[in-house]
Amino acid sequence: MDWTALWLSLKLGAMTILVLIPVALFTARFLAYRRFVGKPVAEALLAVPLVLPPTVVGYYLLVGLGNQSWLGQWLMQTTGHFLVFHFSGLLLASIIVNIPFAVQPIQRGFEAIPQDVRDAAACCGMSSLRMLFTVELPLAWPGIVTAIVLTFAHTLGEFGVVLMVGGSLPGETKTIAISIYDRVQALDFAAAGNMSLMLLVFSVVVLALANSLSRKFGRRGGYHEL
Amino acid sequence: MNYELRLKATLQQPFALQAELQCGEGELLALLGPSGSGKSTVLRLIAGLQYPQSGSIELGSNVWFDQRVRLAPQQRRVGYVPQNYGLFPHMSALDNVCAGLHHLPRHEQTRQARKWLERVHLSDYSKRKPAELSGGQQQRVALARALAAEPSILLLDEPFSALDSITRESLYVQLAELKAGLKIPIIMVTHDLNEASMLADRVALIDNGRILQVGSPANVTRQPVSRRVAELVGLHNIFRSEVVVQDNAMVTLKLGRHLLKVPTKQAVLPGGYLEWVLPTDALEITTQDEIAALHGFVSNILRLGNLVRLFVRVDGGTEVFQLQAASHHHFELDQPLAFKLDVSKVHILPMV
Repeated sequence: MDWTALWLSLKLGAMTILVLIPVALFTARFLAYRRFVGKPVAEALLAVPLVLPPTVVGYYLLVGLGNQSWLGQWLMQTTGHFLVFHFSGLLLASIIVNIPFAVQPIQRGFEAIPQDVRDAAACCGMSSLRMLFTVELPLAWPGIVTAIVLTFAHTLGEFGVVLMVGGSLPGETKTIAISIYDRVQALDFAAAGNMSLMLLVFSVVVLALANSLSRKFGRRGGYHEL
Repeated sequence: MNYELRLKATLQQPFALQAELQCGEGELLALLGPSGSGKSTVLRLIAGLQYPQSGSIELGSNVWFDQRVRLAPQQRRVGYVPQNYGLFPHMSALDNVCAGLHHLPRHEQTRQARKWLERVHLSDYSKRKPAELSGGQQQRVALARALAAEPSILLLDEPFSALDSITRESLYVQLAELKAGLKIPIIMVTHDLNEASMLADRVALIDNGRILQVGSPANVTRQPVSRRVAELVGLHNIFRSEVVVQDNAMVTLKLGRHLLKVPTKQAVLPGGYLEWVLPTDALEITTQDEIAALHGFVSNILRLGNLVRLFVRVDGGTEVFQLQAASHHHFELDQPLAFKLDVSKVHILPMV
């Protein structure tokens, strides 16, 4: 069992959620309530990682942030390291491929709140911020839980983009999915099997937990169920 | 402090709307019109949930909207009950009412909210979530929430449309009671003329984004200003007749082979045409030998529960009158029928 790789995967998942979910909240709320020119295009762009092979995203990140690119050079000068083959690069890649998994459920959650409810809140004198915390977030909560779970599960399972951007540096960019692949390459099926089983059980448990959590909030009056 | 609302608003997008109305303090104004007429939009303009392209909205001496001012709903202090009540589904009835009172300390919020739940007879339901309340109870929670914050105007969007008729009746009474204690303008959107007649001091008829007539319920039903208003208030007997003679304040209209002499203030040359309307209760079936009777033939019969509606075409003319009769009487198609017309109830539509 490659504990370092498991720990790295968990860390990557947690960090992705920490950075992505707050950004996704504002993006999703904006998309849910605002009408603007080019909204379909914006939504399509955010959904692109769903249909693109992860290797394509990885390729662009590699080219865009590698030591040959001006952005990569600039980052090297200001931060002292390249993003590619580094944990921070992995995190960036993970955030990008997870955008649709985070934004869409939250957007649906916000959209499910009836106009009447938000109108009433405004007429009750609630500021946007108060409305967000007392009305919108509690009602969109099931969507947010869904987004967190999907993002986390997807990060654990991500392979292509990690391989492209991160390589396979132990403790730095070698996640559990890569480690399983490595073990299979080395014909160490016992270790690969152990890790796969562990990942499988873990995924089922997390999804079940999220489901019941989401339903519990759903009963409390939310509009969305996982 | 004067709380009269004055609105003058023009809207081009998403549809054309042109409205001008006033509502005094303690007055209940009903916005009556078919669906899609723009009546809910007028309410949203007053609440600040939508802004007109031009115009002005003022409450007493406060300007809510004009060329320079554009207050948000939060700054207007409106009590708004949306069509589906807009209750916060994750909060108890009590917390829903408290939601409008967040500027007060917590214990004061609870005290006020309890007082209002009591006024709408819901003290025993304060801990329930909206989903655990009936439609009528939800409406009352929404009303309590709207009034608890001591608004400067109360706006009700089809408050009774989702309720069964028994609940509706009892809530009419409750609203009438509440209204007696309120010194603010109340504007209620409805598509139900009976509801408007029962509750409103004045009715504004809206059709196709325009206010056609404003007046007391009796005024709009008895004296519509146009054919469209007559149709909207459910008048069935709307006619266009040729003027035979006019002398003094009387005009003689040609009605098939009959002549009808009715009072009018309008001057029309003989040979010209006048439009006039008649409430159903101005017509009465009578015997064939009655001197003042009009004669015609039954051209259609419509059975409506205890009543039967008769379509009677006058002798020698094309005008079809609609009469009501009790359904136990027997009528047949094409049978001759005599009926009396109460001339004092004839209303001649102003000419445009």
